[in-house]
Amino acid sequence: MDFGTFLVQCLNSVQYGLLLFLVASGLTLIFGIMGVINLAHGSFYMIGAYMAFALAPLFGDQFLLMLVAGVVLAAVFGYLLEWAFFSYLYQRDHLQQVLMTYGLILVFEELRSILVGNDVHGVKVPAWLDGSFALGNVMSYPWYRLFASAACIVLAAGLYWVVNRTRLGMMIRAGASNRDMVRGLGIDVKRLYRIVFAAGVALAALAGMIAAPMSSVYPNMGASVLIICFVLVVIGGIGSITGALLASLLVGFVDTFGKVFFADLAGIGIYLLMAIVLIWKPEGLMGRRP
Amino acid sequence: MTIRTARLALTAIAFAALASAAGAQGTGKLKVGLMLPYSGTYTALGVAIENGFKLYVEEHGGKLAGREIEYFKVDDESDPAKATDNVNKLIKRDNVDVIVGTVHSGVAMAMAKAAKESGTVLIVPNAGADAVTGPMCAPNIFRSSFSNWQPAFAMGEVAAKQQGKKKAMTITWKYAAGDESVNGFKEGFEKNGGKVDKQLTLPFPNVEFQALLTEIAAAKPDAVYAFFAGGGAVKFVKDYQAAGLNKTIPLYGPGFLTDGTLDAQGEAAQGMLTTLHYADGLNTTRDNAFRVAYAKAFKLQPDVYAVQGYDAAQMLGVGLAATKGDIGKKAEFTAAIEKAKIDSPRGAFTMSKSHNPVQDIYLRKVEGKENKLVSTAIKGLSDPARGCRM
Repeated sequence: MDFGTFLVQCLNSVQYGLLLFLVASGLTLIFGIMGVINLAHGSFYMIGAYMAFALAPLFGDQFLLMLVAGVVLAAVFGYLLEWAFFSYLYQRDHLQQVLMTYGLILVFEELRSILVGNDVHGVKVPAWLDGSFALGNVMSYPWYRLFASAACIVLAAGLYWVVNRTRLGMMIRAGASNRDMVRGLGIDVKRLYRIVFAAGVALAALAGMIAAPMSSVYPNMGASVLIICFVLVVIGGIGSITGALLASLLVGFVDTFGKVFFADLAGIGIYLLMAIVLIWKPEGLMGRRP
Repeated sequence: MTIRTARLALTAIAFAALASAAGAQGTGKLKVGLMLPYSGTYTALGVAIENGFKLYVEEHGGKLAGREIEYFKVDDESDPAKATDNVNKLIKRDNVDVIVGTVHSGVAMAMAKAAKESGTVLIVPNAGADAVTGPMCAPNIFRSSFSNWQPAFAMGEVAAKQQGKKKAMTITWKYAAGDESVNGFKEGFEKNGGKVDKQLTLPFPNVEFQALLTEIAAAKPDAVYAFFAGGGAVKFVKDYQAAGLNKTIPLYGPGFLTDGTLDAQGEAAQGMLTTLHYADGLNTTRDNAFRVAYAKAFKLQPDVYAVQGYDAAQMLGVGLAATKGDIGKKAEFTAAIEKAKIDSPRGAFTMSKSHNPVQDIYLRKVEGKENKLVSTAIKGLSDPARGCRM
């Protein structure tokens, strides 16, 4: 591999990692802070992608506006979902959470099948992001992928700021450590959870919307991303946004370079990584020791 | 009446009853078990196959060789883990005479195994796994579709001979169908003087192709052969275009790379060459008549899957005609299909010794939302059926 190719592969790794982070950050909020094992998180990603498919023709080239509209819709949806289902799950054991959220996956998949069918759909890249630019002498890199990376960086920075620098973030972090203490301080934990959950859904849906024009929109797209997300959350340390970011980038590199150098092992690369990290740090990269 | 004559009379009555029962067997309803995907990603394919099958039967007054058809349906869910149980529902519970199924190769393999053990006639209307008419082949197992090797081999020959490509790379998911397809291409390509440098794979159903596209861009081969289907195919073709590779390195594939997904692929797929045993715009009297009849009956445009279902019914009809509707006469039934020329909308085909269609493979080009016929890539291509002992 010459140096130019190596650089492009690094760029690929970062771009893939950042997109994964966007999905996983929502999961780490929900899983890490509220303690709910949410298997339906991949479905939120799928719902986002289908939302892009439905909204893109309405918004045309107003792509950013579409993302905003989609995020608002997803957040409202998440808020209602928390009110209707998830709020009953916090006090239950993990088996019940797994059963309930697995049931939700089936419901979402069936609804998708009824509403839009099982066909594969494409979403057009907005005209102002269409095309690609030459990268070294290796390949032309699509503008849209660069945009996706930039959008993810902005969101990651925003999330970092909210979690580490704001009062809301302080409550979230405190809730992750000790929810009884937070309740004791007179904070409306119920509402806090509802907001966090809605944000988690919105982040996953946003990732789906951003991914849609790059990839395509198809049934079961949530399932594969879900497994990677759980791996990310475990590697990064449950409840840590910074950990999720580190883990996402790590997995981006392992997956990208694994595919190129060890094609036959590419399927297990990220699980090997997880095993190594857990042997070295059982609580994950940025996890707190219990 | 002596005891002796009474005994004789009783025996005669018993024989008569047996004979009429056997007669009833021959003229009663023929039980056809449809084991197809009716849920999940492949639903549309399963429905097209069923539609095609029923269209042929309806064209013959709801009968094949004078026997009325009774359908038993099982949703295979495209799940190999449930395949054995599902196929046994048809064989043991419903006691069907013939099974038609399925789309997913893993499920079809389990069905072939059950059919081999029970002796029930099986007609595979899609699954392309080479093994079904390879090591798994049996006198009672037939295929009305293709083997993965067939379109792939043809594309290899076209790429080397017609397109004059010397160096190629292949890319696919690391699973049986992918391996069979890229190896078929390699065989056809290298037999005609080309060389496949590198065979890229990624785990199924991973769709993050960017790393491998970068490798292709760096290696600069003359051509790329890809095997993907469904969502993966759409994403691959779009990513390939987004990376600007389609301008310099032509992308080839079997028909599954574009069939049924052209709406989603849009611009990215335009001009792509693929090979398959069916194409849009064949414009033969046979195909036109079929397309009109299908559109009229189901308010849908037919596709390759509908053709394969239609031909599964034709093959069954040929076998039954030879045995006057008695599917129990196994040897005659099999011999009739082996000898037959099936008048398919795709063009007439015969059966190979291993019971796979010996058929024309078409070269097609994507134009708008159609896979337009360019030429016949290989006439009467037969699957090598490696490992079949019959």
